[in-house]
Amino acid sequence: MKIAIASGKGGTGKTTIAVSLALAADGPVHYADCDVEEPNGHIFLKPALNQGREFALTVPEVVEAQCTGCGKCREICRFNAITVFGTKAMAFTELCHSCGGCFLVCPEGALNRGKRVLGFIENGQAGNIGFSQGTLRIGEAMAAPLIAAVRKEAEQQEGLVLLDAPPGTSCPLIAAIVGADYTLLVSEETPFGLHDLQIAAGVLRRLEQPFGVIINRADLGAGKTGQWCRKENIPVHLEIPFARKIAEGYASGIPLVQSQPDLLPAFSNLLKELNP
Amino acid sequence: MKELLILSGKGGTGKTSITGALAMLLPLPALADCDVDAADLHLLLAPRPREEHDFLSGVKAVINPTLCNACGTCVEICQFEAIHISIKAELRPFFCEGCGVCARFCPAEAISLQENHCGTWFLSDTEYGPMVHARLGIGEENSGKLVSLVKKRAREEAKRINAAWLLVDGPPGIGCPVIASLSGADLVLLVTEPTLSGLHDLKRVTELVRHFKVPMGVCINKWDLHPGYCADISKVCREQAIPVLGKIPFDKAMVDSVVHGVPLFRQAPNSAAAEAVRGIYKKLSLFPA
Repeated sequence: MKIAIASGKGGTGKTTIAVSLALAADGPVHYADCDVEEPNGHIFLKPALNQGREFALTVPEVVEAQCTGCGKCREICRFNAITVFGTKAMAFTELCHSCGGCFLVCPEGALNRGKRVLGFIENGQAGNIGFSQGTLRIGEAMAAPLIAAVRKEAEQQEGLVLLDAPPGTSCPLIAAIVGADYTLLVSEETPFGLHDLQIAAGVLRRLEQPFGVIINRADLGAGKTGQWCRKENIPVHLEIPFARKIAEGYASGIPLVQSQPDLLPAFSNLLKELNP
Repeated sequence: MKELLILSGKGGTGKTSITGALAMLLPLPALADCDVDAADLHLLLAPRPREEHDFLSGVKAVINPTLCNACGTCVEICQFEAIHISIKAELRPFFCEGCGVCARFCPAEAISLQENHCGTWFLSDTEYGPMVHARLGIGEENSGKLVSLVKKRAREEAKRINAAWLLVDGPPGIGCPVIASLSGADLVLLVTEPTLSGLHDLKRVTELVRHFKVPMGVCINKWDLHPGYCADISKVCREQAIPVLGKIPFDKAMVDSVVHGVPLFRQAPNSAAAEAVRGIYKKLSLFPA
């Protein structure tokens, strides 16, 4: 069973929920941090990590001695990542999307498969919880391929797989949640929370994937998020109130189900409900 | 004109609330919402659109089923797993990167490329100044390009009204839309919170901003939720020679302003949070010296 935890709006509590579910699971469980721009799950789960490995995109590397400057690579590249200066091709690999088109059209075999490192993938163990995370290299723009790699690796794990998704509603979100058996969208009772939830729900509907909602800090706001979910027949699985104690626990990297142990049964029940 | 960009690394630290508050303090601002994935600034500033435009960017493959003979060449060469064969080749549009390689190599010439409608952008008026904002299509990509477009139009608008400031609400994270927002910014205000996650993410975003050589200052929001980590953040900033421009206490007035859809200075001009934002504005106006 793969459960993705996503949100649209940032800072609603995705990691809080994903970590709590990991701690509430009784069988084999794996937590994968797909928020590669700002991965925070490790702060709460404190895993022992292995050395990690680089994750790279395949990008063209021009072998000048073989290049005749015919320009076929420039023609097929829609991302302006390869051009011809004088009689030689020149690659701007930071623009490359790794579509492989240039390798296919080069008649001279003048392009080698080089690599552009997007970031790192690390694996480890936090008690009984399997752990993995991706970390985007600072200065690198393209997060989605790294996210997809973290997700695909996690999908190989036995038992429950929890995918902690990045905020937003575009390609990074999709890279994290596609193919999940269920997605929990974490929102708030503020107009910002509702607005971004509506967009994220639209993505899930377009993907034709089942989803439900968790409302965090449910007592800060006007109650419109819950109302909207009811109107749209979207299940609200859990409402968590704002409490200073929870906020202080979060600040110190203490998982919600430890700073507020009375919430643990709610998470166990939610897992039983989703994965009977 | 000074271009001020609000960033945070971590999401939900208060970028948009603080942008909304600053919009009322800065003299003669033009405004831009560059968090095109989850744009919320319009919920505080109530813009009235003056112009609405389609945002077209890149292409997507379109497969003509009558020409397709299901040979599978496209499936084999697509690096994005965007095509599968059921009876004929079918596109999974969310995954199409618009590289056009399938169209180039389809032996039946069954694939064409169609310009992609990725979203809509608006030039609007608010009580506080003109505002450029956008809505990305559901699940669309190219948010970086839409950010660049929003900024370009906002700069033109700022120039037109002879604005003193261009105030830009940025996206969370450190990836493509953040990098696009940073280009051309004069000054970055980083909004963080006193949590281990906030500190962790702040370090990554300061490294990114430094990489682009833009001067930055930090504001610690909800600082009293954990005075200890607030002190740690100040210490890290001192070590990195990044000025802390202010600390905003946790104040229900901030939540109320969002709930009522008005900037903080409408909701509660005398609140503790409003007082703190005034202090930040004073420092910002002198920064970078």
